[in-house]
Amino acid sequence: MSTDAPTGSRTGTPTSTPTGRRPHGGVGDALRLWWDALARPTQWALGVPFILLVALLPVLQIPVLTTVGTSFGAVLAQFGMYALIAIGLNVVVGQAGLLDLGYIGFYAIGAYTVAILTSPASPWNQMGVDGWLSQDWAWLAALPVAVAVTAVSGLVLGSPTLRLRGDYLAIVTLGFGEIVRLLADNLDEVTGGGRGLAQVAYPRLGESDANPNGVFSAGSGSGVLTSGVWWYWTSLVLIVVVLLLVGNLERSRVGRSWVAIREDEDAAEIMGVPTFRFKLWAFVIGASIGGMSGALYAGQVQFVSPTNFNVINSVLFLCAVVLGGQGNKLGVILGAFLIVYLPNFFLGRTEILGLPIDGTRIAELRYLFFGIALMVLMIFRPQGLLPVRQKLLAYGRTLYLAARRASTQPVVKEGS
Amino acid sequence: MTGEHLHAALLAADVVAEPLIGFDTGALARNFWALTVDGLTYGSVYALVAVGYTLVYGVLRLINFAHSEVFMLGMFGQYAMLMLLGFGPSGNAYDLGIAMTVVYLGVAMVGGMAVSGGVAVGLERVAYRPLRARGAGPLVFLITAIGASFVLQEIVHFVLPKVTGGSLGGVNAQQPIRLVEPVPQLTIGSATVTNVTIIIIVSALVLALATDTFINRTKFGRGIRAVAQDPVTATLMGVSRERIIMLTFLVGGLLAGAAALLYTLRVPNGIIYSGGFILGIKAFCAAVLGGIGNLRGALLGGLLLGVMENYGQVLLGTEWRDVVAFALLIGVLMVRPTGILGESLGRARA
Amino acid sequence: MSDIERREADLPGGGLEEPAVVDVADVDPSLADPDLVAERVAARRGIRVPVGAPLLRMEGVTVRFGGLTAVDDVSFDIRRGEILGLIGPNGAGKTTCFNAMTGVYRPTSGRVVLDGQALRRHRRHEITRLGIARTFQNIRLFGEMTALENVVVGTDARHATSVPGALLRSRRHRREEREGIERAMALLELVGVGAMATEKARNLSYGHQRRLEIARALATEPKLLCLDEPAAGFNPAEKEALMGLIRQIRDDGYTVLLIEHDMRLVRGVTDRIVVLEFGRVIAEGTPEEVTADPAVVAAYLGVPDDATA
Repeated sequence: MSTDAPTGSRTGTPTSTPTGRRPHGGVGDALRLWWDALARPTQWALGVPFILLVALLPVLQIPVLTTVGTSFGAVLAQFGMYALIAIGLNVVVGQAGLLDLGYIGFYAIGAYTVAILTSPASPWNQMGVDGWLSQDWAWLAALPVAVAVTAVSGLVLGSPTLRLRGDYLAIVTLGFGEIVRLLADNLDEVTGGGRGLAQVAYPRLGESDANPNGVFSAGSGSGVLTSGVWWYWTSLVLIVVVLLLVGNLERSRVGRSWVAIREDEDAAEIMGVPTFRFKLWAFVIGASIGGMSGALYAGQVQFVSPTNFNVINSVLFLCAVVLGGQGNKLGVILGAFLIVYLPNFFLGRTEILGLPIDGTRIAELRYLFFGIALMVLMIFRPQGLLPVRQKLLAYGRTLYLAARRASTQPVVKEGS
Repeated sequence: MTGEHLHAALLAADVVAEPLIGFDTGALARNFWALTVDGLTYGSVYALVAVGYTLVYGVLRLINFAHSEVFMLGMFGQYAMLMLLGFGPSGNAYDLGIAMTVVYLGVAMVGGMAVSGGVAVGLERVAYRPLRARGAGPLVFLITAIGASFVLQEIVHFVLPKVTGGSLGGVNAQQPIRLVEPVPQLTIGSATVTNVTIIIIVSALVLALATDTFINRTKFGRGIRAVAQDPVTATLMGVSRERIIMLTFLVGGLLAGAAALLYTLRVPNGIIYSGGFILGIKAFCAAVLGGIGNLRGALLGGLLLGVMENYGQVLLGTEWRDVVAFALLIGVLMVRPTGILGESLGRARA
Repeated sequence: MSDIERREADLPGGGLEEPAVVDVADVDPSLADPDLVAERVAARRGIRVPVGAPLLRMEGVTVRFGGLTAVDDVSFDIRRGEILGLIGPNGAGKTTCFNAMTGVYRPTSGRVVLDGQALRRHRRHEITRLGIARTFQNIRLFGEMTALENVVVGTDARHATSVPGALLRSRRHRREEREGIERAMALLELVGVGAMATEKARNLSYGHQRRLEIARALATEPKLLCLDEPAAGFNPAEKEALMGLIRQIRDDGYTVLLIEHDMRLVRGVTDRIVVLEFGRVIAEGTPEEVTADPAVVAAYLGVPDDATA
């Protein structure tokens, strides 16, 4: 049948002879290839201890790694939130290629939803005698509400704006982010305006004499096991769940549609991809993950106010995604870690490996360093630190493994 | 970090000092002329800054996110120039007589333009040119612009005070140097028009006309339009693309520097490292409103935005001022997806 | 500008990485059997009109841009199971005609009827789902996706799973995924790109990219496959091979519309030809009839065959 093909006949016996190693996208792709080649049990045997190690980071108190100026647990808790944000934003920017500069708006909506539902200062407080939220589980109950509300807000913002092309979308979303902050600032009756909303609910767990308000309350715990650590673990659980779900989407028609839209929207539409619908989905899914992170934030800090949701943070989130490697879930988590951890690493540090430094000063200059890092990175490694080609098929594993064998081993079947 | 200072500055200087709640159509009717005139002053500044966005976008399809910092540095540039001339912060305005005031303002404007123009061109050389050489995608450019924006802000925030011994830059806004005291000169309708307003609107008008002539009548202007329409053919026809790009950044920078001086006349407390951000975003809104890539669209969009913003803040309350700008933008884009005048400088998009 | 550079990098020998080659028979032995492959990719979609009857009718289609009439009252049929050539000199309105057919432009007047159903205000992706698939004159693959993934995107046009199904990995999702990949693999084999299945589309050679586009279009299970100058940039041997492929696709039960400059290719492979000039149909018939038509000779054949190909 296809014997008339000029190259690459149907049995796959190559007429050209590509042999030996071929270059890949870098560390990321090399890692992925190595990982994919492992058998499932091996993957489990390596993956589970690794996740455990990551989870135990704040407890192990590794000397240089642990922050000096701030509680390491709190830093990791913040990392957890940023990681969630980066995963969500990555769906929108990295996968579907929609430039969203107002992502902070969703984060704010998530945080404010929880705060409005549970803060005593809010007129719509649902905790207490006549509310429908129980005291102990209020935060957990408010979490899905926050996710749902942000999803709807994503739908509301997306349906009119996603028909706009890229650059317009960027500015409109930027406006949206700013509008959300201004609403929070100005709708005093509901949001408390500039004063913000205090005493937001958090999970009441592990109450003891030492921690009368439970392990999740701000300022609880002593030594290593601060409330931040508990929030970090909570966010890790959410991250794993979200990663699994987003991974499912990526290796399906949905993920392929997103990448197709990113690559060539018109061609995607003509190949039968309902582009508008899938762009809207990307927006909604990204928004709900951002809202989830916002809910975590509100619970951990127990206080929300408009100043925390400046548009500049939106830009920082975008940095995390770009730094780590757009489109790659693990990469953007790494990006989030660097964005959160690096300034805190320097904070309060007076020496590093024997060299005296003014760490606090360096931390203060973090935007300068981020700026320089971004510019340099864009020139020399625009694909990010850990770029990985996405896997877009659920069942292509055997084929890809075969391809890998073929490319790493000399082809001996020539002329067979 | 950026919004508050500027917002406070805007509030301090606003005609309508009292925050109003709800739709106050009475206030709008009463102050209609005052609001319009004041809106045109702001609008003039937006318009001049918007030209920088629109030209760069037209030629490179790039949102020069750092253009707001070009503007911000222009404010510092004119301030430094005034300091070099021996002026210092003072409670009252200097009384120099009309002729000398105009001369000093002109010199200060040159200072602002020189700094802004230089920064814009430098930005192009250092940040964008290496990316073009590598054929990077639009997102890469945007991220670089954001990075550059951070760097420029933080330089003024932390480095400049070190270099100048604390007389420039730092966390706080500069103490204003007042060359012109706002004095009512004439009335239009129910509005009194001050000398400051006249200076701003007239200067902006002159600059806008000059730019329009430059783009539409001169050889360089033709080059810019040619590159915007079809870079490849333009290059084949002997237009040096790199030179045109540099020129585009220069023109945008010069106008931003001029706008910076005009803006500080209206908002003397606005000279701060974070003072460009919101204004830059609004100027970009203005450019998009008029149809990005379209020079006259940017001018029109700027004036429209300034006026509508003023109406809006009286109707809804001062605190909603910034919301008005974005709501207007979203509203216009819904009806006319390529802005009011469309994208005429560049090619139409698919 | 970056578009152009990218395109240059895609040309053969444009400084590309050496591609990975996979022996597909290793993965799925049935792929080594041409008959099984043909069976897997064969048209299996229900079509109302019988073989030989008009599958697509252009009924007085006119497309105007401002004052310019690009296509003027064009009427012709494409019969089910045939290969129809649409030819004409540069600027004759072939591509406009094609775009009107595939929903990129809406006709100013007249209508397009596919399998008894008039195409009206359908969005472009809906038209693809209704059964018209196309390739692009200037290749438009999803460069960062592998060849296989590109084709699977095509199969997705016939899939119903959306976000909820994918999130929860529903049974339908898993079935569609598996079937999609199998069918896509078979299609890649059919067009001769099977060995490059896991290679990024941008790294494929020019010829492979053109063939991959055909596979991607076929993956949408079209009632009508439209090929827009599929042989552009091919040498005679490659053209010969492509003709074989097009015939084979027809034999598999597909109807093919071929837009081409190259008269030799069109003559060799089509059952009937429609000739356009200045936006109007000037001749219609078998290759022999058309090439003998003096109007066609005057309008078209004066131009050397390969001058534009």
